[in-house]
Amino acid sequence: MADTGLLEALLRLLEKVDGGIESQDVAADLGVDHQLIVGAVKSLQALGEVISAQQKSSKRWELTGEGREIAEQGSHEARVFNAIPDEGLPQNELMKMPSGKVGFSKAMSNKWIRLDKAHEGGPRVFKTVETIEDTVRDKLQLVQKGLSAKLEDKEKNELKKRKLLSEVTVKSYWITKGSSFSTTITKQETELTPEMIASGSWKEKKFKPYNFEAMGVAADCGHLHPLMKVRTQFRQIFLEMGFTEMPTNNFIESSFWNFDSLFQPQQHPARDQHDTFFISDPALAHEFPQDYLERVKQVHSEGGYGSQGYKYDWKIEEAQKNLLRTHTTAVSARMLYKLAQQKFTPVKYFSIDRVFRNETLDATHLAEFHQIEGVVADYGLTLGNLMGILHQFFTKLGLKKWVEVGNSGVFRPEMLLPMGLPEGVSVIAWGLSLERPTMIKYGINNIRELVGHKVNLQMVYDSPICRLDS
Amino acid sequence: MPTVSVKRDLLFEALGQKYTDEEFDELCFEFGLELDEITSEKEILIREQGDEKAEGASDVVLYKIDVPANRYDLLCLEGLVRGLQVFKEKLEAPRYKRVSPADGGEPQRLVITEETASVRPHAVAAVLRNITFTQERYESFIELQEKLHQNICRKRTLVAIGTHDLDTISGPFTYTAKPPGEIRFKPLNQSKEYTATELMSLYKTDSHLRHYLHIIENEPLYPIIYDSNGIVLSMPPIINGDHSKISLNTKNIFIECTATDLTKAKTTLDMVVTMFSEYCEEPFTVEGAEVVYPDGRLCVYPELAYRTETLSGDFINKRVGINESAESIAQLLTRMCLRSEVSGEGDLIQVEIPPTRADVIHACDIMEDAAIAYGFNNIVRSTPRTYTIANQLPLNKLTELLRQDLAAAGFTEALTFALCSEEDIADKLRKNIAETRAVHISNPKTTEFQVARTCLLPGLLKTLAANRKMPLPLKLFEISDVVLKDETKDVGARNNRRLCAVYYNKSPGFEVIHGLLDRVMQLLDVKPGRNQGYHIQAAEDSTFFPGRCAEIFSCGKSIGHLGVLHPDVISRFELTMPCSAIDIDIEPFL
Repeated sequence: MADTGLLEALLRLLEKVDGGIESQDVAADLGVDHQLIVGAVKSLQALGEVISAQQKSSKRWELTGEGREIAEQGSHEARVFNAIPDEGLPQNELMKMPSGKVGFSKAMSNKWIRLDKAHEGGPRVFKTVETIEDTVRDKLQLVQKGLSAKLEDKEKNELKKRKLLSEVTVKSYWITKGSSFSTTITKQETELTPEMIASGSWKEKKFKPYNFEAMGVAADCGHLHPLMKVRTQFRQIFLEMGFTEMPTNNFIESSFWNFDSLFQPQQHPARDQHDTFFISDPALAHEFPQDYLERVKQVHSEGGYGSQGYKYDWKIEEAQKNLLRTHTTAVSARMLYKLAQQKFTPVKYFSIDRVFRNETLDATHLAEFHQIEGVVADYGLTLGNLMGILHQFFTKLGLKKWVEVGNSGVFRPEMLLPMGLPEGVSVIAWGLSLERPTMIKYGINNIRELVGHKVNLQMVYDSPICRLDS
Repeated sequence: MPTVSVKRDLLFEALGQKYTDEEFDELCFEFGLELDEITSEKEILIREQGDEKAEGASDVVLYKIDVPANRYDLLCLEGLVRGLQVFKEKLEAPRYKRVSPADGGEPQRLVITEETASVRPHAVAAVLRNITFTQERYESFIELQEKLHQNICRKRTLVAIGTHDLDTISGPFTYTAKPPGEIRFKPLNQSKEYTATELMSLYKTDSHLRHYLHIIENEPLYPIIYDSNGIVLSMPPIINGDHSKISLNTKNIFIECTATDLTKAKTTLDMVVTMFSEYCEEPFTVEGAEVVYPDGRLCVYPELAYRTETLSGDFINKRVGINESAESIAQLLTRMCLRSEVSGEGDLIQVEIPPTRADVIHACDIMEDAAIAYGFNNIVRSTPRTYTIANQLPLNKLTELLRQDLAAAGFTEALTFALCSEEDIADKLRKNIAETRAVHISNPKTTEFQVARTCLLPGLLKTLAANRKMPLPLKLFEISDVVLKDETKDVGARNNRRLCAVYYNKSPGFEVIHGLLDRVMQLLDVKPGRNQGYHIQAAEDSTFFPGRCAEIFSCGKSIGHLGVLHPDVISRFELTMPCSAIDIDIEPFL
């Protein structure tokens, strides 16, 4: 740390100028050595943004030791001239002076003095002129004042030859005001320390400002998958609306529960090999509620419960075929059947889980995706109720154009009555995929960037929390 | 949902009114349809095959309209126009009538022989008399058959339609089945005769017909229809004969539908004749044809059956959530081609379901039509009063809580597929597929979907492989279901919820994975210990490096493994660094 007085003197100088100042000039102005100013600049830089300093290098002329002596005491020839009284001086005495030898010959060649060899008492030196002009000293004094530019190059080189001047490279600074410029100096601390807290010294200290433009250090943590974060929010919405979660942890389903129980005819194209993954092992389901199965068979093949039925030859073999469920509605059917076996109480159910389709894959379709499903069963539910609850659900999602992402409807009596549900009970339901609204929400165009092992983990690391309604 | 494409100007001409695109879109919506696209043949060609191919193509404006899957009566311009005109009360729904031959002569007759039983046992038939075709009507007639074939006929598997110029053939007709080598005729648009065997190989490369060959290809007998002179009408469900083909000039049409599903055959025939009898000399009349079964039974088709349902206005009001008088509901239904009248008894309404509305099989379908006619947007939205307390599924609740804390423990969640290849769960993990208890898929389109996964590890390793450029270490986890065969379940298989995590770095980091186990057990409130707690014990497992694998026990029960993966497993998943992993069943902690 340089002397505070010097630092503040420098700052006061800087305060007065509009642009900046040169450290050399500061040294000259304050009459101190440039090296001290360089130290002061470095100290100020360490304080943060008080000043900003740009280093530059330049060449300049400097006096040698002999040059400085001459600047102070005059050139050797001048000193010789001045040492001679009007009555002259014996040569041997003159030669005893420190400048005698060099000064004598220079003064001789300048014709300032003459030598009388024949003088009585030995050779004697006399002045030949009244006054002299000590140009060497004058020139050196100019250089000493930093005004070397006033000398001709020839003159400088001559002085250099006489070893009175030397040319040196000087590192200097261009100093300007920093963003937190001030003319008073207090030493700034980098960080708060336990000692400062203990001693209370933090109260007196100034702290070095932080660079808030820089990024912080990355947090060392794990991350949840964005689609699963969206799933969590959908669960939350259903729970807020009073819906109970269905057990959908059964990917393998029989055609019976996946299709027949839903009054989906056995020739329906969805049951085609091109749309559904069938299972070769275990190929067939082996257990059904027998009387219910008979009622399903009857409503398909002959009708009943007020229905004409489909009037075709319903086959148990087709119903037994195992498959990867194509929708979670298979689970809804199991749950409604179960509900029908007890004294009826109204229910609201939901599920969010994987379903499978053996369809052509593209940017928005995979062979498996998550289906979201909501089901309400109660006496006297209306289409108005269905539309009302959908409106509430999609309002919570923050999605206005919900018609495009989902399906909804009222389950048919041909599905509900064979289960044994009471006649007046209606069941309304809706479904949508989890992936589609997530892609819309986050502007993802290719589903492979969201789901599966090819997903870029950086996307997972960087994904924000999920707030569906904002 | 089938899409019907109609020429806009023809449509407006038939409707007797011009609409802007927006107005027509609105009308479709009100009627329960959707105007999907406004385009032209040229535009479609440009989009599908490029500018060059589209040169000279028609730029007549086409409306593509999405029609509900079971509304077969809206699959052609004629039906659409009729439906919309009735809906707008500009037209009363026509009454379709089956009539006897005008000259008092014998009806046409189709005799079914018993040979058809094994391949395609049903047939129905009808005659359209004195029809007048124009180019547009003719095209629409062909197009409707194609649409029916694709939809109700399930790509001709259930029903196949054949239409013939009756004046080129003479009944009675015989529907029989013969060995393909014995069938020989000149098929539609061909210049010479072929045997059925030859035809099957000829059509192998036909972009359209090859899709239907499989229906009879492996049958010993092929279905075939002859006239009384032995002329082939058609070889259903593949191709008609050239002899009886219809043209713009055809006046009398014999229509036959052969089928494996009689109900669908009757509906299909009803659709064809109700739609196009409009152009007969006496509109909306169809001449009946007799079908004689092998057992001697005789039926007359088309059935054109009208059925009456009685329901109450209250039923409609309560199901829809509106409050309309029985009269007004009857009017709404009449606009949907369901001619309805208030019976006078209370608020009972008699609803007549015409043969064109085979989709109406229950009162709930009538209710839906009432709702459409009323306007879905006019129904007041209301919240159900259903009071319920929500419960989470305990397994999912546990999963959600664990996921949060695994992320807090520094592991990142992966989301991988439940389906994979046999190799992923067997060879690559150094296991034998027979020992995996895997559920196998019978019809996978690629090897990616051969089995349901039996463990989560392959998905996580594949995720690592796809992210090898990410800074190390990589720490991943997944809590999800695997599928295992299980005899005790009705379907013979069950899901199992598992937790799997991997640590991938320059050193195996067994201690990291072991630490994760300790953390998970801490979260599950299970203390270290042999009996009531958890412990690990050296084990051999081919997936892991020898001596670097332990089995995990909780309360004395094995719940999974942890260890350093076998170098072969690492290389087979295209990884290069050591990797440790843990895989446990979380269901015991419920």
